[in-house]
Amino acid sequence: MTNTEKKDRGLLRIDTDECKGCGLCIEACPPKVIGLSERLNHYGYRTAVYAGHGCTGCGICFMVCPEPGAITVLRAVLPPSRQTSGLPHHDAEGASPCASN
Amino acid sequence: MSNQAEAGYVVSHGRSKAFYERFERKSELQHQTHFCPGCGHGTVHKMLAQAIDELGIQDRTIMIGPVGCGVFTYYYFDVGNVQAAHGRAPAVATAMKRSRPESIVISYQGDGDLSAIGSAEILHAANRGEHISVIFVNNAIYSMTGGQFAPTTLLGQKSTTTPLGRSAKAEGYPLHISELLATLQAPVYIERVGLGDNKQVAQAARAVRRAVENQVRGLGFSLVEILSPCPTIWKMTPVESQHWVRDVMEKTFPLGVFCDRTREAQAQTAPAAAPPLERIPEILGVVGAAEPEFSATQARTAEVDLEVRIAGFGGQGVLLLGEVLAEAGLDAGLEVSWLPSYGPEMRSGTSNCHVRLSSAPIDSPLVSAPNMLIAMNEPSLRKFDASVRPGGWIIYNGDEFPPECMRKDVHVLAHPFTHLADELGDARACNMTMLGALLEIAGAVPQASIDAALHRLVRNPRWVELDERALERGRAVCRESMVEEVTR
Amino acid sequence: MRKQLMKGNEAIVKSAILAGCRAFYGYPITPASEIAEAAAEYMPQAGGVFVQAESEVAAINMLYGAASAGVRCMTASSGPGISLMQEGISYMAGAELPCVIADITRGGPGLGNIAAEQGDYHQVVKGGGHGNYRTLVLAPDSVQEMADLTALAFELADRYRNPAVVLADGFVGQMMEPVEFPQAAAAPRQPTWAVTGTAETRANLITSLYLDPDELEAHQRGLEAKYRLAEQRETRAEEWSTEDAEIVLTGYGIVGRILKAVTSEARADGLKVGLLRPITLYPFPRAHFQRLARRARVFIVVEMSNGQLIEDVRLALNGARPVEFFSRVGGNVPSHQEVLALVREQARRMKRAQASGKEQMAHV
Repeated sequence: MTNTEKKDRGLLRIDTDECKGCGLCIEACPPKVIGLSERLNHYGYRTAVYAGHGCTGCGICFMVCPEPGAITVLRAVLPPSRQTSGLPHHDAEGASPCASN
Repeated sequence: MSNQAEAGYVVSHGRSKAFYERFERKSELQHQTHFCPGCGHGTVHKMLAQAIDELGIQDRTIMIGPVGCGVFTYYYFDVGNVQAAHGRAPAVATAMKRSRPESIVISYQGDGDLSAIGSAEILHAANRGEHISVIFVNNAIYSMTGGQFAPTTLLGQKSTTTPLGRSAKAEGYPLHISELLATLQAPVYIERVGLGDNKQVAQAARAVRRAVENQVRGLGFSLVEILSPCPTIWKMTPVESQHWVRDVMEKTFPLGVFCDRTREAQAQTAPAAAPPLERIPEILGVVGAAEPEFSATQARTAEVDLEVRIAGFGGQGVLLLGEVLAEAGLDAGLEVSWLPSYGPEMRSGTSNCHVRLSSAPIDSPLVSAPNMLIAMNEPSLRKFDASVRPGGWIIYNGDEFPPECMRKDVHVLAHPFTHLADELGDARACNMTMLGALLEIAGAVPQASIDAALHRLVRNPRWVELDERALERGRAVCRESMVEEVTR
Repeated sequence: MRKQLMKGNEAIVKSAILAGCRAFYGYPITPASEIAEAAAEYMPQAGGVFVQAESEVAAINMLYGAASAGVRCMTASSGPGISLMQEGISYMAGAELPCVIADITRGGPGLGNIAAEQGDYHQVVKGGGHGNYRTLVLAPDSVQEMADLTALAFELADRYRNPAVVLADGFVGQMMEPVEFPQAAAAPRQPTWAVTGTAETRANLITSLYLDPDELEAHQRGLEAKYRLAEQRETRAEEWSTEDAEIVLTGYGIVGRILKAVTSEARADGLKVGLLRPITLYPFPRAHFQRLARRARVFIVVEMSNGQLIEDVRLALNGARPVEFFSRVGGNVPSHQEVLALVREQARRMKRAQASGKEQMAHV
């Protein structure tokens, strides 16, 4: 990521030690910016990996992930005027047209 | 991802505070759950933790863990934790909530736990409208024990104990817990949700939160049934199993709200304050009264050792007769015991009781060889007459004493006592006429103690008055009548 | 203070509330139902909880919840219901939860009948549920002891964090005798280990699950240590005319009362007979038996069961003295005449043995 690129609305942090590679987040992610790692983690799982850009910060991946802290979703701090209150389910509903189904 | 890259971002979806930082109660892998990859339990745990966070109830929450894959709720939730026996969580939750009404009690259960072995407990907790929240994770199979059939297993679904698939003929139909419980009047909220896709997951999170929030608001019993994937036992990938929830399971178990009385439900009011401790003895009626004047002022002239058997039919007042005698004896400062025959005999047929009054401590309250028998009818006489101790008395209610029951070594007072009671206005007072006769013979208990006992045991003043007259009438008969004393 | 005439079953409830019990969960059964009825009347008035559960299984698990929440709690039942409660009793022992269970026994097996019997000895005294655990068992023989031992049961249950059982038969439950109670009520206590839905108790955990074999072994060793301690400290028995007793009668509950009458009559005959009545059935008062065995020549166990108590008597005596046995079951009660006849027979036999022993001595 460089300063010249447009800043994404969201960002993912994935704890590869906690992730068990179930792939539910990959299936759920509306902009399809999560993939499966080539490398195995310490426990022998291929883990979720963020593509590095394109995250909208919708939080759906966090919701479907069965592990408490494998995924953390961050959102860009917006100027106060553009700040939206964002309970996750609002995002999820909004995102449903492009969800996996 | 470096911290630098996160500059200008804040966490919007992260680990709930309601989870422990590290799962130290687990023996290993303390930073992740014990659930298989893609298991719905983990997802439901997160919804619950998030609800606890958002409602600000972490300190008040008591999580009751089930038996099944969800057994380790206490590994994860940083709340008060109780682990229950298989299926019994609603019973445990009932008692915890009733004793700690300020707490938020959550019963977390799977479908084997809740819909099979615990079907009675959940039904009755729901029917009582316990103010608890039940999270019911339904994956249509027994997972922890390795994939046996559950009441929720779909028709045709294979399990290790339905190897050819569930058949309606052999195993019946999938049990619809939400629909079943929704027929009850007490629950305030029952909804079935699924984890079949993003939309369902979002709805499930809302439902879980509502179920907990209803309790916070004091509304009543809430249950959320969650159709949940079990990739390992279903032998599917996590994504396939997610789709199976939506495409297959949901056809058997339609999603929706089955009961919502949250609008009309009255919030639970705070329980009445417990009475001060000083009042407890009074509430129980055990506040000590002063010793009766009798024992201080009036010395008994003779040693008392009355062993009485009273027998008759149910409804003749056998037990009350004995009770008045024992109560009067106690009032007179004697040692006493009263032992009833009990059980079906109480409802019909014969009834009898053992009463002892003694100046000395009573060893056995059982009277197998009475020195006084009150037989209120002939069958009772025939049952017990042989047991009367030589020199003892038989007081018999009948026109004539059956000749074959005559014994040379006992005294007999036979009289139609029922007629006496009839004359007094109520045949039911027969028992007191016979007691009067007994007291006249035994002479062990002063009249004042009898009166005191009557007043204590008989609530209706009209009956007290009648009983007093009956006692006196019985005494009089005893005095007057031909006491058929049999020479020894 | 004037005593009150009261049923044993009612005395249990009043004593429990005075001892700080504030929760009763039960299911009706003859001959224990008066306990639930009295609890339904008094528990709410005392600021406590009464619930008639859907089954004994639910009732005992409600106790699991109430005890987890730090509340002194109790239930009452009879044989068939106690059988159903064994699951929860095992869990409570495993999770170290105190509670008091009153078992007002009746005839079995199966539906049996509702007359008094003592056939629950094994299921109550020896555990009954699964796993390595014991329950503390107290056996009252009078209405006064129904009250006193109920209060003691709460103390012991708390002290050892373990279920305690008041094992009484239908007679002791149903009979009325004069009873007196403490005139001050104990304050309900707040144990630190409970889960009460507060910040202070948030870190607490109630469980009987120890997945790791080493952990479970350590847990069980801890339970055993408690039971050993109880065996050292809590045994209770009543001795009556035992100072010079050559024949020791033993029985518990209502049988103890019958044996008292037998003892009196036998003493009047000049026979050296005494009564040893166990009050704690677990821990069993072994030391009392061992001490009396020094002088006594024979022990006679009388039960309203088919030879259950006698096993513990034999273990306690460990072969030191012969043990004779008499029982009536099915709701029949040993009459004191029957037992007295047995005592006289034993006395005759002893006399004969003594005489032949002297004869032998004379020949030497």
